[in-house]
Amino acid sequence: MISQALFRALDRKAIWLVGILVALAILVPAANLLIPVGQPGHVPTYVVTLFGKYLSYAMLALALDLVWGYCGILSLGHGAFFALGGYAMGMYLMRQIGDRGVYANPELPDFMVFLNWQELPWYWQGFDNFWFACLMVVLVPGLLAFVFGFLAFRSRVTGVYLSIITQAMTFALLLAFFRNDMGFGGNNGLTDFKEILGVPVQAATTRGALFAATALALALSVLVCSGIVNSKLGKVMIAARDAESRTRFLGYRVEYVKLFAFTVSAVIAGIAGALYVPQVGIINPGEFDPANSIEVVIWTAVGGRGTIVGPIIGAILVHMGKSYFTSALPELWLFALGALFVLVTLFLPKGIVGLLGQYRAARARPERSGNQRDAGVDPQPEPAE
Amino acid sequence: MTDKTGTMLYLDGVSVAFDGFRAINKLSLIVQPAEMLAIIGPNGAGKTTMMDIITGKTRPDDGEVLFDGRTDLTKLDEAAIANLGIGRKFQKPTVFESQTVWNNLEMALRKPRGIFRTLFYTPSAEDIARIEEILDIVRLSGRKDELAANLSHGQKQWLEIGMLLAQDPKLLLVDEPVAGMTDSETVETAKLLKNIALTRSVVVVEHDMSFVRDLGSRVTCLAEGSVLAEGTLDQVSANPLVIERYLGR
Ligand SMILES: Nc1ncnc2c1ncn2[C@@H]1O[C@H](COP(=O)(O)OP(=O)(O)O)[C@@H](O)[C@H]1O
Ligand SMILES: [Mg+2]
Repeated sequence: MISQALFRALDRKAIWLVGILVALAILVPAANLLIPVGQPGHVPTYVVTLFGKYLSYAMLALALDLVWGYCGILSLGHGAFFALGGYAMGMYLMRQIGDRGVYANPELPDFMVFLNWQELPWYWQGFDNFWFACLMVVLVPGLLAFVFGFLAFRSRVTGVYLSIITQAMTFALLLAFFRNDMGFGGNNGLTDFKEILGVPVQAATTRGALFAATALALALSVLVCSGIVNSKLGKVMIAARDAESRTRFLGYRVEYVKLFAFTVSAVIAGIAGALYVPQVGIINPGEFDPANSIEVVIWTAVGGRGTIVGPIIGAILVHMGKSYFTSALPELWLFALGALFVLVTLFLPKGIVGLLGQYRAARARPERSGNQRDAGVDPQPEPAE
Repeated sequence: MTDKTGTMLYLDGVSVAFDGFRAINKLSLIVQPAEMLAIIGPNGAGKTTMMDIITGKTRPDDGEVLFDGRTDLTKLDEAAIANLGIGRKFQKPTVFESQTVWNNLEMALRKPRGIFRTLFYTPSAEDIARIEEILDIVRLSGRKDELAANLSHGQKQWLEIGMLLAQDPKLLLVDEPVAGMTDSETVETAKLLKNIALTRSVVVVEHDMSFVRDLGSRVTCLAEGSVLAEGTLDQVSANPLVIERYLGR
């Protein structure tokens, strides 16, 4: 059963994508560690980390696309799941600091000593164990998404109302995590990490390993998402996106279909956040900023929603553009991003991937280039009656 | 009304109002197993709303709606009602436009609807044969890999009828099936529905009188949310009330 699903997941595009990601996971760290500095082919450590970060964003965008592109749920709060995964990993990294902190308290992170706390709060227990932290990376975002989705989808909240409450969710978490007495480091968040699994976080080998882990996690997410969307459940997701009420009359419980996709998506986003934090060295409440979640929507739209490769390409390209702009013309970046979104929405409803598809189709069959054969985005889905 | 046991569909004293406007007014109706009922009536008579009530889309304010003589449909949601064995074809053909004809049928095919069963579903040889058989019946074999969006209006109607067949329901509610069909397609549709009604209950709403005549079934005329007349087509169309309020207009 599961092997058949896996087999289905391996359509040609997914194989290519997974192949490329696995190759990158091996070659990029190798080019960094094995080829000496100054030699052709050497990849500097900062580039490894930069692209490791981009790949974690790509994973977040892929997660969003599973719900937005395929189920039509425009979540404007996916950054919250990413941040929660990040905080869970950050808590592990904080506990690894041990007595090497400024206050040299073997048990308590510096900010707790600073707040005159005497003992570790209950919800910090267990985070000294890496595997416990990994479990929380999956469990916390997954559980939040499950409860939130259960309430929202069962009450049939859809469209713009759902988008608004996802924004409210991430905003509420932003405010909560800003508070010092929540016990997550308040405004400053969690930082000054020293070690992960006993090795220094900053070491080039660790950086390489984190890059490889992110590339492999993204490859695995591609397999999972492509397995889901190519299954019959994936067809039902698209059906619910295009004609929700009609899908119910076929006997499918659309609320559970959405709940499944939303929860899987939140787990992927949480893992992405957990891989992001050790690479950037900090997690703070700013990650819950509603604007962050909106940016994820833009990456996905630019790359092409309703496809597996689209969000990955979108996230990486937009960030490459961002690092170019923020060094060359920092004040213009936000305008460029806004303009990009407007242009894509108006002229490229299927994003860059859609454009490539059209180009290929036009070359292959000039006589019927208008026929899009795959179950892509219906630009104007009509509601069932 | 009369005895509920043994009926396939039983409506008694059903009423629903939208903002004070009574779309359905003390409607009572019975459909027996393996029986076809044609419903005619002017626009706005409440024919579609009646189907909305049976399929759980609209909750009645009042009255009894029973399936199979015992299941209270007013307590269930759309998915539960569909899974009991009630299939519906909409007035405006509603197929999944961005998916292929084949996938439309595969989704409709009667199979467990649970999340994980659907995720790990692989079509059996039997399922494939059944879909091919249905494609043949609704004459879409040649277009099985095309997007439903590319079908003509009449073909979408047929695809939706095919989806109904795939669902394998005990009761079919068919809302204006021949709108947009050519004459020969209309004749074929009547044949197909009559064939289905040999083993299942079918409720057909239609304006096309020659089509209703082809169906040769019992006829009910609705107006202003309740039954105006019942009987054979000849009896109903000779009824002075029906002539005044529907046919004469
Ligand atoms: N959801 C609704 N809200 C308000 N009015 C409705 C609704 N559904 C149907 N109606 C009204 O109920 C009446 C019956 O409509 P309908 O059942 O579609 O008629 P028919 O199918 O017989 O042409 C119409 O006047 C229509 O405007
Ligand atoms: Mg109607």
